[in-house]
Amino acid sequence: MYQYDAIDQQLVDQRVAQFRDQTRRYLNGEITDQEFLPLRLQNGLYIQRLAPMLRIAVPYGLLSSRQVRKLAHITRTYDKGYAHVTTRQNIQLNWPSLEEVPDILAELAEVQMHSIQTSGNCIRNVTSDQFAGIAPDEIEDPRPWCEIIRQWSTFHPEFAFLPRKFKIAVSGSQQDRAAIQVHDIGLQIVKNAEGETGFQVYVGGGLGRTPIIGSVIREFLPWQHLLTYLEAILRVYNRYGRRDNKFKARIKILVKAWTPEAFAAKVEEEWQHFKDTPTTLTHEEVERTRSFFTQPPYRELDDAAAEQTLASHKAEHLAFARWLERNVTAHKQPGYAAITLSLKPTGVPPGDVTAAQLEAIADLADKYSFGEIRTTHHQNVVLADVEKARLFEFWQEAKPLGFATPNVGTLTDMICCPGGDYCSLANAKSIPVAEAIQRRFDDLDYLYDLGDMTLNISGCMNACGHHHVGNIGILGVDKKGEEFYQIQLGGSSERDSALGAVLGPSFKQEEVPDVIEKILTLFGEKREGDESFNDTFSRIGLEPFKERIYAKAH
Amino acid sequence: MPRLIKDNQVIDNEWQVIPADFDAELPTGKLIVPLARWLDNSDNTNLAPWLGSEDEVEKVAEQLVQAPLIAINFPTFMDGRGFSSARLLRERYGYRGELRAIGNVIQDQLFYLKRCGFDAYDLREGTDLEAAIASLNDFSVSYQAATDTAEPLFRKRD
Repeated sequence: MYQYDAIDQQLVDQRVAQFRDQTRRYLNGEITDQEFLPLRLQNGLYIQRLAPMLRIAVPYGLLSSRQVRKLAHITRTYDKGYAHVTTRQNIQLNWPSLEEVPDILAELAEVQMHSIQTSGNCIRNVTSDQFAGIAPDEIEDPRPWCEIIRQWSTFHPEFAFLPRKFKIAVSGSQQDRAAIQVHDIGLQIVKNAEGETGFQVYVGGGLGRTPIIGSVIREFLPWQHLLTYLEAILRVYNRYGRRDNKFKARIKILVKAWTPEAFAAKVEEEWQHFKDTPTTLTHEEVERTRSFFTQPPYRELDDAAAEQTLASHKAEHLAFARWLERNVTAHKQPGYAAITLSLKPTGVPPGDVTAAQLEAIADLADKYSFGEIRTTHHQNVVLADVEKARLFEFWQEAKPLGFATPNVGTLTDMICCPGGDYCSLANAKSIPVAEAIQRRFDDLDYLYDLGDMTLNISGCMNACGHHHVGNIGILGVDKKGEEFYQIQLGGSSERDSALGAVLGPSFKQEEVPDVIEKILTLFGEKREGDESFNDTFSRIGLEPFKERIYAKAH
Repeated sequence: MPRLIKDNQVIDNEWQVIPADFDAELPTGKLIVPLARWLDNSDNTNLAPWLGSEDEVEKVAEQLVQAPLIAINFPTFMDGRGFSSARLLRERYGYRGELRAIGNVIQDQLFYLKRCGFDAYDLREGTDLEAAIASLNDFSVSYQAATDTAEPLFRKRD
C-alpha cells in the first residue's frame, strides 16, 4: 500500500497543527459556530444527536494491521471501545469529545492516517473495489489511480468550498464493485485497441433526494489527462452548480439541467485550457505510485492440491462449506483466496466493530494476509490474500471472534446507516429494523436459496444506506411525528445500475419483517430456476408485489 | 483607517467598497465599485471593480486586466466561486495587479486564497489581523499546481 514520504507526512502533521489552533480559537470564542462548521467538517467532525461523530478517512478502503491497531487504541482511549465501517469505506467514531479531536488526529498522523475532507462541501475520500489488485476479472489495478486522485484532491485550493459534497469512485474490473454510476464522478478503467489505459468517465450520478444514474461524458480519457480533466469538471461545477438550494446543489442537478451533452461540451471547452499543462500525469509519477501496489510475496502454490484439502474439510463440516460458499472469493493468484469478514452478525448494528475485534482483525491479517486489511462499501472487512490451504484453520480461528457469519452477499448482509439512534438528520431508526429482519431470516438454507440479494436501509432520504440501489430498499420516513418505512424494489449499484421502484404506502416498524417475508415468498413462487431477484422483478414488474402486500394488509 | 492584510503585512486600507445597491452619488477617494459601474468608468484610476460570484470574468477579461485593483466578493465564506474567478484572472488572463478578497472571508481560508492568486485580504471585522497572517502559511507544501506554482508536486518529488 501507499507509504508516506516526508512531504506527505508533513502535510498531515501541519493539518493537525492547523486544526488544533482552530479548535483552540473556537473554544476561546474567536471563531463563530457558523465559521467553525466547515472547518470541523473538513476534518470529519460532525455534531450528532448525542455527541460529536468523527469520520476517519480510509483511502479506497486500504489499511495496514498497524493502522487497525491504532484505531483500536483510539476507540478505547477516546471513545466507547467500538467503531463503525461506513458505506464509503471510512471508519466512524460515535463518541469522541471535541476537545480531544486534535489529539485523535495527532495519533492518526503517527500511522499515516487522517480525517481530511471526509465531510463538508469538498472532494471526499475516493472509493474503490475491495478486491482491487486480486480480482480475476480485473482490467487494471485501480488503487494507484485512486492514490493519484487522493493527492490531487487533498487541500485543493480552488475546490474546498464547492456547492455541495463531491464523491469520486474508481473501478478497474469488469464487474463494478465500487458503485461508480451513483457517484458524482465514476471512473471505469478501460483499454483502447492499442492496450493503453484510459478512463470511461461517468458524471452526475448520486442517491439522496434525487437519485440519478450517472451519464457517460467521455468514453476514453487517456490516463495522462486524468487530473486535468477532473480539474475541468470540478471548475465547471464550482462555478455553475446551484448554491441557492442545498437539495439542488449536487453536480447531478447541474448535469440534468444542462443535459449531459451540454455539460460535456462545457467541460471540454474548459479542459482545452488545462490540457497539457504540467498537471498532465507523467510515466514517472504513475510508476512511482504503482510501485506501492505491487503484489505481496506470494508463494508458488499447487491450486489443485489446495482445492482437494478444501473439499475434504467441506465434506466434514457443513458450516465451513457454507462459509466457503458465501464469504470466500476467487483470487487471480493460484492457491490464494480473499476472505470477507462479515460485520453483520444478528444483533450487532451493521458495520460496527469492537476494539478487541479490530485487534483480532489486525492479528489475523498479520498471520494470514500480509498484514493488509480492506474495508468495503458493504460495511464488511476483507483480508485479500489468504492461502486456500489455510482457510479451514482461518475459519476455526475467526468463528469465535464473531467474523464468520456465512451471510456475505445474502439478504442479512445489509447496508444500513446509523439512523435515528445516532444521526441528527434521520427521520427514523435503521438499526432495529435491520436487526428485526436478521432475526426473522435466520435460516441459512433459506438465505442461500434466495442467493445474492442486497437489502439496503436508510433512516432518511439523504440515503446514506443506499436504499435506492438495494434489490430491496427500506427508507425511514416521518409521518406526523411517527416513524414509518417505505419499501422499494429492483435497485442495483452494479453494472446494471438501477433505482428501485416504490412499492406503495409505507409501513410501521413492526410490520416491516412481515412485508419483507411476503416479498420473498412471492419471489420464490415466481422465480424461474436460479434467477436473481432483480431478474424476476424486471420480468414480472411491481404489480404482483403490490397486490400481494396490500391486498390483505390493508 | 481600516486595516487589511496585503503581501504578508497588515497595512491601511485606502479603498472603500461601494455595495451593489448603492444609488447615491459616489463619495470621493479610492473606491471599489460594482463591476457594471466600473465598466462605465474604467479610465478613472480612483475606481476599481469588484466582481460578484456570478460575474463571469471571461466576458470582460480584456478590460478587467487594466484595472488598478480587482476585488472579488465572497457573499458568504461558503461560496467558493471566487476561488475559480481568481485563478482565471491570474492564470488565463495574466492579471498582475492587486487581487483582493472582500466580503465574508475568514482567516482559515487565507492559505487557499493565496494559492488561487489573491494577495490582499479584507477579513471580516473583529479579526486579529496580526495573528491571522500566520494562516497564510498553514502548509509549507502542496500537491497541486495552482496560481502560486505551475508545477504539481509530482513533477518535483525526488
